[in-house]
Amino acid sequence: MQYLVSVIFDQAGLATEGEMAAIDVFNDRLVAEGHWVFAGGLAEPGTATVIDNRGGAEMITDGPFVESKEFLAGFWIIEAPDLDVALRLAADGSRACNRKVEVRPFR
Amino acid sequence: MSDIREAITRAHHEEWARVVAALTRRFGDLDIAEESAAEAFAIAVERWPADGVPPNPGAWLTTAANRRAIDRIRRESKRDDKQKEARMLYDDAAPEPAGAIDDERLRLIFTCCHPALAMETRVALTLRMVGGLTMPEIARAFLVGEAAMGRRITRAKAKIKAARIPYRVPSEQDLPARVSGVLAVLFLVFNEGYLATGPGTDPVRHDLTAEAIRLTRLIRTLLPRDGEVAGLLALMLLTEARRAARVSPRGELVTLGEQDRGAWDPALIAEGHHLVRERLATGMPPGRYQILAAINAVHTSARDVRDTDWSQVVALYDQLIRLDPSPIVALNRAIAVAELDGPEVALAAVDRLEASLTGYHAYHATRADLLRRLGRSGPSRAAYDRAIELAGNTAETAYLTRRRDQLG
Repeated sequence: MQYLVSVIFDQAGLATEGEMAAIDVFNDRLVAEGHWVFAGGLAEPGTATVIDNRGGAEMITDGPFVESKEFLAGFWIIEAPDLDVALRLAADGSRACNRKVEVRPFR
Repeated sequence: MSDIREAITRAHHEEWARVVAALTRRFGDLDIAEESAAEAFAIAVERWPADGVPPNPGAWLTTAANRRAIDRIRRESKRDDKQKEARMLYDDAAPEPAGAIDDERLRLIFTCCHPALAMETRVALTLRMVGGLTMPEIARAFLVGEAAMGRRITRAKAKIKAARIPYRVPSEQDLPARVSGVLAVLFLVFNEGYLATGPGTDPVRHDLTAEAIRLTRLIRTLLPRDGEVAGLLALMLLTEARRAARVSPRGELVTLGEQDRGAWDPALIAEGHHLVRERLATGMPPGRYQILAAINAVHTSARDVRDTDWSQVVALYDQLIRLDPSPIVALNRAIAVAELDGPEVALAAVDRLEASLTGYHAYHATRADLLRRLGRSGPSRAAYDRAIELAGNTAETAYLTRRRDQLG
């Protein structure tokens, strides 16, 4: 079972050096324990571009698709047998990156 | 005939959770477990009057429910083979942590009370899956429409399945927090029964208090060494013991001091006291429920309200405030202080809580009573008015109204 662990944040700026170090330790553990699938940090929401090609005439617009105070700052995709395991990992991830996270299962 | 009906009711009380739990374990699906269990009980209602009550009702019901579940899965998997895959057990028989109790019903309770579900959903799901209450019963208890309650439970079951909320006793690391989450659910059920809200409801909903006690007893048999489980059970028993004396024949709330103590239930009090003594004997630091139970034990030990050991009550509230420094605890402490140091000292303490409790009826009711005792009729009347406005319980409103109208 895979879960998306979204990192939610509300300020500009990257993780501090200390946070980066903690994230590295956490990532190494995910790999060692077989939970690691993928992870990444995202550039700030202002760098996003929205494209809509549903009608065949592609429309390119500047900016994130929703304007909100909180945004997706990064994510992990983890492998876990059930939600309790995923929540424990997410709790450690939240502590490591010093940000709030949301856990959502893949279908 | 009434014997059969009684046997079915008893089987429902004793076996429902066991049947649902066994089926959930086997088929990994709460929906199938719940519906098949309900069908099995419906078959029993039909068959037992003619065939007689089977020697082992629990086994009979589990077998019947298992058959219905298998029928259902066969029918549905013809429609969609992928669903069958989704119904595989997701418990995957992981080794149980040492010392964790392997009981099916306990797994069921922990799943229903999972912190990833909203509190109101946990309450509804626990009453349905563990308590066996019907959807209309639950809807009535919490004053929501049946359709809305049905949707809430359906959504919860969908989340449990999609997010894989596990069906097992939480790990050692998660256990203390999860147990306290389960107790919070049961305490909420009890309180809703004890001080039911809503103009059309009975002031005391005995069905809910009884259900909460029954489920807490169940948790206690499953986790006999947990102090807070024992504490919550004792607290419920000592509160329930006073039920008959708590509302007058005219439907008015009777305060602790004015209750006919002869109408208290001595068996429930003895059981509650026994639990409190048992916890004290362990010498372990008590949690919130154990302290509340101890306070209730002091009250129920006094044959007359004048014999109440108020210094002991205040000391216990002091202990509670260190654990839970909430304004509501401070308010209750002040009520005890009034008996020990007089209403003037208590009123000063209560007035300090205004900012946080101004929307709470008990804050105004307490002030009204203290002001009345100090002979300050005008401010007392205003406080009663405010308390009556905010109170949601019919017996409490009746009591407050009489008190206000008696002011000189």
